[in-house]
Amino acid sequence: MAWVWFHRFGSPPHFYRLAGRLTPWFAWPAALLCLAGLIGGLGMAPADYQQGDGFRIVYVHAPAAWLSLMVYVVMAGTAAVGLVWRMNVAYAVAASCAAIGASFTVVALVTGMLWGRPMWGTYWEWDPRLTSELLLLFLYLGYMGLRNSIDDVGRADRASALLAIVGVVNVPIIHYSVIWWNSLHQAPSVMKFGRPTMPASMFVPLLLMLAGFTAYFVALLLTRARGEVLRRERNAHWIAEALGQGPGCKV
Amino acid sequence: MTPRRRRLLWVLGILVGVAAAGGLALRAFQQNVMFYFDPSKIAAGEVKPGQRFRLGGMVEKGSVQRIPGTLEVRFVVTDFRHSVPVRYSNVLPDLFREGAGVVAHGRLDANGTFVADEVLAKHDEKYMPPEVARSLNQGASSRTQ
Repeated sequence: MAWVWFHRFGSPPHFYRLAGRLTPWFAWPAALLCLAGLIGGLGMAPADYQQGDGFRIVYVHAPAAWLSLMVYVVMAGTAAVGLVWRMNVAYAVAASCAAIGASFTVVALVTGMLWGRPMWGTYWEWDPRLTSELLLLFLYLGYMGLRNSIDDVGRADRASALLAIVGVVNVPIIHYSVIWWNSLHQAPSVMKFGRPTMPASMFVPLLLMLAGFTAYFVALLLTRARGEVLRRERNAHWIAEALGQGPGCKV
Repeated sequence: MTPRRRRLLWVLGILVGVAAAGGLALRAFQQNVMFYFDPSKIAAGEVKPGQRFRLGGMVEKGSVQRIPGTLEVRFVVTDFRHSVPVRYSNVLPDLFREGAGVVAHGRLDANGTFVADEVLAKHDEKYMPPEVARSLNQGASSRTQ
């Protein structure tokens, strides 16, 4: 039966062990990719003909912005799986996404503002891209607030899952805001069909940073989700076993 | 129909419903979501007289004039079909260039000149090293000669 792996994934002890084994396979590549990307982006890539060295903030801004969207899709997707399949592990993963996604959103907004002041001439404008990205931050914060305001874990899971699913329509709006409407923010240079509008010497370090940030997110998510699973299952028998204590020990 | 399939349909139904509502709302607010008007929209009379709005487009090549001894600068914003003259007296952002994108905030005066109180540079999505830009420029100017 093809669904066996799926239901095994939903078993907390199995997920706990699997996530623990997988974490270093994402954490180490994340560190190496980011290091290579930073050396390439800050040291080797040429300055831009218009922005000079100021363009280099893109090596943090674009990956953070990309992750802020991807984390939301993962959060809404796992929340939907939890809702449909009544899968506790999926809810735990969704709950672990929110703080990570909110952090990436803050990084994207702050680096964008620091870049916007010298380049555009303003920290903030109510431009469609900036406004929809700010809305994304509020969706993450709302999701976290909603979870914290409900004591019963099962009810918190279901209510916050609905919020996450409703908010997912904002993701394509953020991405296409610069194409659908007149905006101050420029159109995408990389995340689009066709050739990137930057030379390989600038583009390759950006790809390394995108891959590094993504691997970092996965490692962080696995670690946080393990903690969340432990918290939810704190009274279960398998935990004593998993933590290397004999049966009968109080955890 | 199993309960799980019913829940799946519920989730998909909510997604479709919210997407449709969002799409309709954005269509209705199309005007308000637009960050700026381009010169063609102004020529078509979409801006009410005296209304404060943002004007966006390209700074026409060769149109920038500075008034000596003051901060005042005059230039023409164009979308290659219509153009609007702009008057501004404050500091321009770093990326303000002839032939580059610009967004100005202000209002039209009686003569059809846009009096700006804020000028922002709109960067495009192209990145390149200075040497490449120089040789591209030389290529372009040698073709026109």
